[in-house]
Amino acid sequence: MEFPEDLKFSKEHEWVLVEGGVATVGITDYAQDQLGDIVFVELPAVGDKVSKEDAFGVVESVKAVSDIYAPVSGKVIEVNDDLPENPEMLNEDPYGDGWIIKIEMSDPEEVQDLMTAAEYEEYVAEEKE
Amino acid sequence: MSDSPDSVTLPRSHAPTRPRKQAGLLLDEPLIFERSRPGRRGFAVPGGDADPGAFLPAELLREPIEGFPEVSEPEVLRHFLRLSQWNLGTATTLYPLGSCTMKYNPVANEAVARLPGFAALHPLVPDHDAQGALELIWELERMLAEISGMDAVSLQPAAGAQGELTGMKMIRAYHVDRGRARRKVLIPASAHGTNPASAALCGYSTVQVEGNPTGLIEAAAVRRAMDDDVAALMITNPNTLGLFEREIVQVAEAVHERGGLVYLDGANLNALIGVAKPAHMGADVMQINLHKTFSTPHGGGGPGSGPVAVRDVLLPYLPTPRLVRAGEQLRWSDDFPKSIGRVRSFYGNFGMLVRAYAYILALGGDGLTQVTRMAVLSANYIRRRLEDAYHLAFPGTCMHECVFSDKGFEATGVKTLDIAKRLLDHGFYAPTIYFPLVVSGAIMIEPTETESKETLDEFIDAMLAIAREARETPDVVRNAPTQTPIGRLDEARAARRPVLRWTPKSSAES
Amino acid sequence: MRYLPHTNDDVRTMLARIGVGDISDLFTDVPADLRARATVALPPGLSEQEVRARLEQLAARNRAVAPRCFLGAGAYPHFVPAVVDQVLQRAEFYSAYTPYQPEVSQGTLQAIFEFQTLVAMLLEMDVANASMYDGASAAAEAVLMALRIRPKRSRVILSRALHPQYRDVIRTYAAVAGGDAAHRIDLVEAPVSNDGRTDPEWLAGALSDETAAVVVGYPNFFGVVEDLGSIGALAQAHGALLITTTTEALALGLLKPPGACGADIAVAEGQSLGVPMSYGGPGVGLFATRTDFVRMMPGRLVGEAVDGVGRRGFVLTLATREQHIRREKATSNICTNQGLVALAVTVYLSTVGKAGLRELAIANTAAAHRVAERLVQTGRWHQQFSAPFFNEFVVRGANAEGVWKTANSRGVLAGLPLRYWYPEFGDALLLCVTEMHDSAAADALVVELSQ
Repeated sequence: MEFPEDLKFSKEHEWVLVEGGVATVGITDYAQDQLGDIVFVELPAVGDKVSKEDAFGVVESVKAVSDIYAPVSGKVIEVNDDLPENPEMLNEDPYGDGWIIKIEMSDPEEVQDLMTAAEYEEYVAEEKE
Repeated sequence: MSDSPDSVTLPRSHAPTRPRKQAGLLLDEPLIFERSRPGRRGFAVPGGDADPGAFLPAELLREPIEGFPEVSEPEVLRHFLRLSQWNLGTATTLYPLGSCTMKYNPVANEAVARLPGFAALHPLVPDHDAQGALELIWELERMLAEISGMDAVSLQPAAGAQGELTGMKMIRAYHVDRGRARRKVLIPASAHGTNPASAALCGYSTVQVEGNPTGLIEAAAVRRAMDDDVAALMITNPNTLGLFEREIVQVAEAVHERGGLVYLDGANLNALIGVAKPAHMGADVMQINLHKTFSTPHGGGGPGSGPVAVRDVLLPYLPTPRLVRAGEQLRWSDDFPKSIGRVRSFYGNFGMLVRAYAYILALGGDGLTQVTRMAVLSANYIRRRLEDAYHLAFPGTCMHECVFSDKGFEATGVKTLDIAKRLLDHGFYAPTIYFPLVVSGAIMIEPTETESKETLDEFIDAMLAIAREARETPDVVRNAPTQTPIGRLDEARAARRPVLRWTPKSSAES
Repeated sequence: MRYLPHTNDDVRTMLARIGVGDISDLFTDVPADLRARATVALPPGLSEQEVRARLEQLAARNRAVAPRCFLGAGAYPHFVPAVVDQVLQRAEFYSAYTPYQPEVSQGTLQAIFEFQTLVAMLLEMDVANASMYDGASAAAEAVLMALRIRPKRSRVILSRALHPQYRDVIRTYAAVAGGDAAHRIDLVEAPVSNDGRTDPEWLAGALSDETAAVVVGYPNFFGVVEDLGSIGALAQAHGALLITTTTEALALGLLKPPGACGADIAVAEGQSLGVPMSYGGPGVGLFATRTDFVRMMPGRLVGEAVDGVGRRGFVLTLATREQHIRREKATSNICTNQGLVALAVTVYLSTVGKAGLRELAIANTAAAHRVAERLVQTGRWHQQFSAPFFNEFVVRGANAEGVWKTANSRGVLAGLPLRYWYPEFGDALLLCVTEMHDSAAADALVVELSQ
């Protein structure tokens, strides 16, 4: 299980890469492992507004469905158009090619509320019990 | 076809690259469309050669349907007989699907359902020409009322899920009628997925009630969750863990105290006949699955029948039409102003009602009581003999089904799914797996009362053998099944690039 | 009891192994008060012979009157080839359940895949599901689906010529709709023109960007063939979906299919295709739609799959739409289809085949038109509607109900007096003529209606 150090993590198992005022968001290695083979992704549109902790999309595996929650608030400026055709990227490369959306943050302070890689790793260990 | 971009489809069905296992009596068989040859016919139509243009304008007509089957009658029979041989059914083997009650489907019921007086009867013949059918419906309503302890029954819903929807709609109508449309429904965490789905379809939001550590719902927990905005509690008894909810009467009281109603999911009625009547438990409405407790065939996924039974308070809201007596005659009446309306065309799945009626006649009160006793005995026998080899989710006596899990097999890498697949190699259908959700890796076993002790012993022996294999040669279990016509299918790929139909060559290329 | 294998010895052995003395010991969790009152007061069980006698007695009190029953109106008398029932009596088919374990359910799964294909072809749509309970609930589910596809719209137009029971069921389902909050649906009825078709001018005036869908029968309740092309164009101009419902599925063997006329969702009752009328049930709902909408579709779906060594198989798929996974967000609460009835349709369509289906449809419409012509020639009846019809039509004449009652007493069921469902058409009868009505039957009808 991977927990890249340069990322931040939410309680709903999303990761965030912060670059200036833009947050790239995806689901974590733990999340894809729990879901199993992902078969479908529902994405928001570019221009949509998202709020922290609200669902902005859906990811489906053969046996489960999960909402994807925005770890930070802002506007969607880019969406990974390759995902609908290739949902398996979320399983194969969740932190790389499996990125989901990019958000122009409206309140960069919100990043402070997210967990570090170490904190998230601990959080996941607790969930497993 | 559609002129939209193909993100999902029209991938064509693949001609088999490799035939399924062909072993002795089990023969491979392509799609009926792949068997077709231009010009073959399976049927003659007198008068079918007239010119349709004489009756209908040309622009309203279609061409003969491209790709439609062209096969002779013997090929049709051969095709479907071969397909049937790839199925297990409860008629051919133990089918211990928990909560489905896969009992014997009496063939005598098939015969009577086909009597022309029933099968050829048009639903809109005048009531006085259908008195036999109406009397059957009348009697069946009363039989089910007696069995459930309820006051009235509607046989209209076509399936358990539709019965549940009907029940929830009646609850909604009841509250609206009293000027207070409540918005919430309480549902145990162990409930079947139709429960929250039905509630949501009626506009309710669901509040989950957790069971205690022994798997049961406590009246105190319900009392805490109850308020004046809760329309109903939906509960299954015995619950999906196969356990009788001991506090059911108090739970119902806690709901009624605050003006709510109790919906009982009747899926597990096979455990209750002669033991406890739902009405006495405090249920206000329930659905009864005729294809479970009352032996009508499951049909590969229907048709079922899901009558609803209600206490007096909900009577005004039952679906219409309803059967009423007018002297010697029975007739249909729509004169029920508070009814929720109609949920299905005509009167329900009448063909299944005939079968259930025949079944109840054949068993009688004494026979049905014995059904429950034998079902519960068989489930406990399995429980006792497997509880040393498998982790029993909740200890103690079970009712008509028992729930195990794959806990304890972690080191072997063998999971519930693998155990189920290996059972197929032993010639048994697998139990229900991964349900209820409150038990991780659940294995829910319901033998029913129509299996002999020898069959139960064979099943138990197979389960014990698999437990041993899991520890000694886990790969054999994890690669199962190997004795079936086909191995495990790639369900992820099937969902990512769905091929949901066969397509004739020329259409796919256009 | 003949369905219960356990002997006293078996019971004793099992009790001993469980570790209790008596079966009652297994019920100690049940409160004594409940147990004391639980006796089921039904008479003792009967032998197979006695059950049979009772059922025959009841069956004999129904006047099935075929072939002198000229009733349609949602259930249709058609000939069912013997091969259909032969297949339905295979216990491997009827005693199986939902194919959760596909490796031992390929019979059921392949048959459903073939069914889905046949339905899609029949309706000329991209994809069909594994069936719904009946045509009426399929229509209701189609309306709910249209509201999911157009979530900002809340109005649905139902043609008055849509089967009254279908309108009732749609109303019941729509009374409180959908998953999120009380979403009020506005159901509006479109009137019927003098020619028997839904009024296109009224539709043009009523459609707006509030309209999620328009629902019409095809053929409609009066047997009339609607002008789907025009209705579809009108709907599309306003971004509304066109939903068609077909109660007489055999019509699709001859009529231009809904998919070719711009339908977005097409549903039908499949009873005409190899299923006995059986006093109204079980039937089977056919449900098909465009590729784009497949994830919004309710019901089961079977898809093609491959196993580990490249063998083709079939499997339930896209299950995440369904109740057992989505729970309160499910597209519907349905957890079953009408498996065995769908199988009957599959066997029937395979048997009658490409040529036979079309010929049957021709035989039906020819027979109906000839009878209609003869009735008009008696001078006592005229056709109510001028638009084209398939195998049902409406005739109007003085004292229609009186004549109908007398005909009934003489063994001829001359269709349905329309007045009950359509008071504006008093003195009219809805008649259905199929391939089951031979010339003797047609003669008898004409004689009775000449009175």
